[in-house]
Amino acid sequence: MSVRVFQSLPARPAPVQQGGAIGWIRSNLFADLRTTLSTLIIGGVLLWYLPMLFNWAVLSAYWLPDAQACHPVEVGACWGVVAEKYRLIIFGRYPFEEQWRPLVATLLMMALLIASCSRAFWKPWLVLAWVLVLAAFFWLMLGGFGLSPVETDRWGGLPLTLLLSTLSIAMAFPLALLVALGRRSELPAIRTLCTLYVELIRGVPLISVLFMASFMFPLFMPQGTKIDVLIRVLAGITLFAAAYLAEVIRGGLQAIPKGQVEAAASLGLSYWQTQRKVVLPQALAMVVPGIMNNFIAIFKDTSLVTIVSLYELTGALGLALNSDADWRPYKIEGYVFIALIYFAFCFAMSRYSLWVEAQVNKGKLR
Amino acid sequence: MSTPIISFDKVNKWYGNDFHVLRDIDLNLAKGERIVICGPSGSGKSTLIRCINRLEEHQQGRLVVDGIELSDDLKAIDTIRKQVGMVFQQFNLFPHLTVLENLTLSPMWVGKLPKKEAEERAMQQLERVRIAEQALKYPLQLSGGQQQRVAIARALCLTPKIMLFDEPTSALDPEMIKEVLDVMIELAGQGITMLCVTHEMGFAKAVADRVIFMDQGQIVEQNTPEQFFNHPQTDRAQDFLSKILGH
Repeated sequence: MSVRVFQSLPARPAPVQQGGAIGWIRSNLFADLRTTLSTLIIGGVLLWYLPMLFNWAVLSAYWLPDAQACHPVEVGACWGVVAEKYRLIIFGRYPFEEQWRPLVATLLMMALLIASCSRAFWKPWLVLAWVLVLAAFFWLMLGGFGLSPVETDRWGGLPLTLLLSTLSIAMAFPLALLVALGRRSELPAIRTLCTLYVELIRGVPLISVLFMASFMFPLFMPQGTKIDVLIRVLAGITLFAAAYLAEVIRGGLQAIPKGQVEAAASLGLSYWQTQRKVVLPQALAMVVPGIMNNFIAIFKDTSLVTIVSLYELTGALGLALNSDADWRPYKIEGYVFIALIYFAFCFAMSRYSLWVEAQVNKGKLR
Repeated sequence: MSTPIISFDKVNKWYGNDFHVLRDIDLNLAKGERIVICGPSGSGKSTLIRCINRLEEHQQGRLVVDGIELSDDLKAIDTIRKQVGMVFQQFNLFPHLTVLENLTLSPMWVGKLPKKEAEERAMQQLERVRIAEQALKYPLQLSGGQQQRVAIARALCLTPKIMLFDEPTSALDPEMIKEVLDVMIELAGQGITMLCVTHEMGFAKAVADRVIFMDQGQIVEQNTPEQFFNHPQTDRAQDFLSKILGH
């Protein structure tokens, strides 16, 4: 009996979708009655609303910093408020003639953050750069060594927002790692302590944590010791953020199969080597979106420090407008302005998160 | 028989309070001996070999590996783990590391070898399992058979005296079993002490010095493969063999 030789059919290309803009519109916007209907309704609302918005923000808007001229313009935005108050909004109560210092400090900090995001700069000297930039930041802001001194309670605006979020994220992340590992520890004392910490912090709003850090904490300190309000608030945000972050990271840790730890153990790796080389890289990769979500939340949560009289970006806006009866009516324009600043930072963070995800998921690609 | 390299002396283990998974295990292995352990699921085969590198803790009896008694002494466990390589049913490769990084991880961090030396050793082991050309790929880009061969190479990178195999072919597609068994047979010819939990009877016949049959946490019988497969001495073993060979 002769054996039949198997020959596979040649591979053919997949059928082509109807291409081009018209094809896309037909399949995405007018596929059937329901999509057609929702396209028409949503399109109608946009057509009605967008021109009004455009008219308010651009066509009928008044651009010069002249409060009197703004009054007659009723349907347009008065962007003059930004032109008039931007230095107060961005730098808060920092002495006016010294505001080049927070400007340089902010630019330095942003350059450092951007550099830290790029793989090409992940070298040992980046640590040194952090130390130097932070030192320069505090020198510029605080003064001394040839610059006139400025108390921390006069810091404000964007530099303060950046400082609070950068430092609290940088400190909360390692703390959260330890707490997440601690909650899965085999030692009951450590496990209980970490659980207690997370539950206590999660059980109260950030505002009350800040309030306690600012007003209650000093009551328990020995007489005469005085810790700067900035540091107390920083500690408050860090502790708060770390509790949430720890739970996100713990979610990732739970998802690592037991076999990974067993394989590492069978290869002789110690507990810390196993966590550092095997468990954490995979666990963190899984929760990149959750971690970035928390980072973004921390960035925006810094706006709550106004409650303890630190005037970061949002607080500085209130300060700028409330103190001036002429410009007080134009809060919307002011809020749109800082909303754009917040959005620029948050959008950058979320795009960066996508890039990180692509990087850490390399091993999963076929 | 000279001093055994592995010696179980009345070893007992329980899961929880009422599952007695290992019952009075007595077992000695000579250096270089190759044994195959078989038996129905839940009979304690995997638990038995996982006790040897302390992935499981035994609760009673003495277990001595390469002259060191296993106890709560962490140093002793570390020393033993460097002598004992293990291959798992589910491969357990580290998916976030390349094949090469999987192999160099332990030599670099546990063996404190410089990177270059660790990589040279890794490449030697990859050639040994005939997969050197995949060194820079990630585990999930490989087939199951290739992954298991990488796992074997990874275990060999610590130059262990003892190799444990926990059902190494059970998670593989039928067409890939042979490539893994071939590597294991080759390894068996090189004087390393091997314990292998498997139902691959062809493999057992080809390499095993002894077959151990377990049921309900006990060693029911042990014999040469020839004797065990042709003349099982207990009704339990006869019944088991009739079920796995009878179709």
